[in-house]
Amino acid sequence: MHATETMSSAAPAQGFYLAEEHHPENGTMLGFWIYLMSDCLIFAVLFAMYGVLGRNYAAGPGPKDLFELPTVAVNTSMLLLSSITYGFAMLEMARMRKGATLLWLAITGAFGAAFVTLELVEFAQFIHEGAGPWRSAFLSSFFTLVGTHGLHVSFGIVWLITLMVQVTRHGLTPTNQRRLSCLSLFWHFLDVVWIGVFTFVYLMGVLR
Amino acid sequence: MQDRAAFLHFLFGRLGWDAIPYDVPILVYTFAVVAVLGAALLGAITYSGKWGYLWREWFTSVDHKKIGIMYVVLGVIMLLRGFADAAMMRIQQAMAFGGSLGYLPPHHYDQIFTAHGVIMIFFVAMPLVVGLMNVVMPLQIGARDVAFPFLNNFSFWMTVAGAVLVMLSLFVGEFARTGWLAYPPLSGIVYSPDVGVDYYIWSLQIAGVGTLLSGVNMVVTIVKMRAPGMTLMKMPIFTWTALCTNVLIVAAFPVLTAVLALLSLDRYVGTHFFTNDLGGNAMMYVNLIWIWGHPEVYILILPVFGVFSEVVSTFCGKKLFGYASMVYATVVITILSYLVWLHHFFTMGSGASVNSFFGITTMIISIPTGAKMFNWLFTMYRGRIRFEVPMLWTMGFMLTFVVGGMTGVLLAVPPADFELHNSLFLIAHFHNVIIGGVVFGLFAGINYWFPKAMGFKLDPFWGKVSFWFWLAGYWFAFTPLYVLGLMGVTRRLSHFDDPSLQIWFQIAAFGAVLIFIGILALLMQIYVSFRRREALRDTTGDPWGGRTLEWSTASPAPDYNFAFTPLVHDQDAWADMKRRGYERPLRGFIPIHMPKNTGAGFILAMLAMASGFGLIWHIWWLAGGAFFAMIAATIAHTFNYDRDFHIPAEEVERVEAGRTLLLAQQA
Repeated sequence: MHATETMSSAAPAQGFYLAEEHHPENGTMLGFWIYLMSDCLIFAVLFAMYGVLGRNYAAGPGPKDLFELPTVAVNTSMLLLSSITYGFAMLEMARMRKGATLLWLAITGAFGAAFVTLELVEFAQFIHEGAGPWRSAFLSSFFTLVGTHGLHVSFGIVWLITLMVQVTRHGLTPTNQRRLSCLSLFWHFLDVVWIGVFTFVYLMGVLR
Repeated sequence: MQDRAAFLHFLFGRLGWDAIPYDVPILVYTFAVVAVLGAALLGAITYSGKWGYLWREWFTSVDHKKIGIMYVVLGVIMLLRGFADAAMMRIQQAMAFGGSLGYLPPHHYDQIFTAHGVIMIFFVAMPLVVGLMNVVMPLQIGARDVAFPFLNNFSFWMTVAGAVLVMLSLFVGEFARTGWLAYPPLSGIVYSPDVGVDYYIWSLQIAGVGTLLSGVNMVVTIVKMRAPGMTLMKMPIFTWTALCTNVLIVAAFPVLTAVLALLSLDRYVGTHFFTNDLGGNAMMYVNLIWIWGHPEVYILILPVFGVFSEVVSTFCGKKLFGYASMVYATVVITILSYLVWLHHFFTMGSGASVNSFFGITTMIISIPTGAKMFNWLFTMYRGRIRFEVPMLWTMGFMLTFVVGGMTGVLLAVPPADFELHNSLFLIAHFHNVIIGGVVFGLFAGINYWFPKAMGFKLDPFWGKVSFWFWLAGYWFAFTPLYVLGLMGVTRRLSHFDDPSLQIWFQIAAFGAVLIFIGILALLMQIYVSFRRREALRDTTGDPWGGRTLEWSTASPAPDYNFAFTPLVHDQDAWADMKRRGYERPLRGFIPIHMPKNTGAGFILAMLAMASGFGLIWHIWWLAGGAFFAMIAATIAHTFNYDRDFHIPAEEVERVEAGRTLLLAQQA
């Protein structure tokens, strides 16, 4: 550190500037969190659409005719379990155990893939029964809300695989740890959104 | 034959020779002019061998100052297009009375008013605002760059990609004929089956991604990267307004993304969100688009409130009057901007209580705005006012904007709005606040910070010419519209029956001529200043006697902005440093950590544009292929871990020694 009469980081009350390099805190986690909140607003819009249009069946099938809660229960448990396993991956990452981290990530990805597959099967079945998104405003908003969530999970899986390759290649470097933390936020966020979907779309749809 | 048609359809979707409007002379001439000028420009760049320079130093740059300048260039170019649309409308409306139908058929006229609105808001005002924030804000907070430099470059190119798609619609196919917010069911597939609305949707979606990411970027920059000592209540006002604006961007643009995605699902997949049948509800679109749209106008106006605050304080040689009240007023406006969206459609029929709520919240906004106005006035009071060009724009703004604000309060009264809704009074009102507020503020900001960005001042004579013509032009062009609106004339008409109205439209057209001269004077100002750049050069880094940190470094600022990160002790950090006898450090330089340039942002944005073009024309292989290429390129980009470098201490020393020499010559 070069100290002259004007440079003094030790006594910033008088100094004009820092003599050493200033390292602001990394903003990636904050930035990603803000991005997630903006994504949350997209879901808010889709929920609002479902809230307004969700009973416009246009003489077509309604939730009670379509939804099968046992399937949705399995589906939901897949996603919730994937959140837990992602948590285990993060714990292993904190212990710097690369192999175990990768293993839990793989399990997380498998649960995620199972979730998306079950959702696609459900969609295919609805469309087969003549209840596609073009049938009524209820089905338009249902497919869009649930489908947007599914699309997010699918992107999450692609991202997860990418990160697994990067962790394999470069190890648990600070950069890769930060990336895993971002994906962790993303994954748990999707879990929270799904709890909203499960409650407001499926449960309340069958109950009302 | 069948196979060939099917193959061509696969290859080109619905794009065919009939998409080229060679039967419309205006467009053919425009295309010829654009083609000649474009070829001349590209030829000149090739001839002088500047492509490598442009690519290395500008297109791939992650330097916030260069990205900011590119945003401003984009905004000024698009201003010419947006103004050409405006001029065509003014001429048509001045001509088309009684037996005369004017020169524009309704089909064309409707595209023009849609394009005018879309371009002026998304591709003129937004790039100029984001550009100013990019150039100035990191310098004001004493940072070396923004939080995510690559993302910044990517955001810029996404904005360009959106602008290119809008411009393309002029010559390939057509643009939307729906008005700038594309209300369904008119914008639905039944009433707009052609490509116009699709151009609208994809240009806004692509540019919107850029805007949203830039919003995230700036918020994080301001929150995390301020110089030591700069607490929130010591931030310059422009930085405060930039923070509030970017919070608004992050909180508003996702709604636009979602609602346009729903509209495109209606158009592409056949869903029923906003259709008239099978349970759709078009009013949901209107609600949602204004939940984005009202914050959007504050996204535009808040930063220029910041510009005016900086300009007034500098050119009156005083600390800003009422700093804290200015900050609170900005934050209150930020919050209130979310509680007023319904005033755009009082006539929807929500009932008296809902309309009253939104009428009252709208009127409340005038209180913090009024507080700001008084703060500026009291800053001027007993100040030593220097009537430089930025200060002229500011005073023009104060007179003009107050009138726009008052007509706004008038429109906030639901019964009055029932009469004035959709009339030219509304058109006059929002041009009053957008030209008198946003545009004047942007010109004040460009004149004020130009020396910081480019190293030389703008020529004051042509700046004053531009100011007076804009100011007079604004009043000539829009006062008649207030009058016509009060008489009940509605907007978006290409022909009128009542000949007694014609004189008002002719006065408005005269105003447009004055504004045109104002724009020419602006271009002349830039040209003359460039020619006289040696005489106008700013060797001090502080040409106006500024008060905030951006003026403490050289003009143009070096790549690393500050050789040493400043320590902040006061709201007007640079004024404080000057008062306490700051001396530039001449020794002890250290290597500076900087981000590397990358072409990834440009490539990704071009792929997004290709994908958008494919979606517009139903060229599915192109849409899908470009989309997956974009994902692949993004993933490939994340495999690049080598993203930064150090500027060696000797290089810093060399640059700083150059500045020392300049300052010595000055003295």
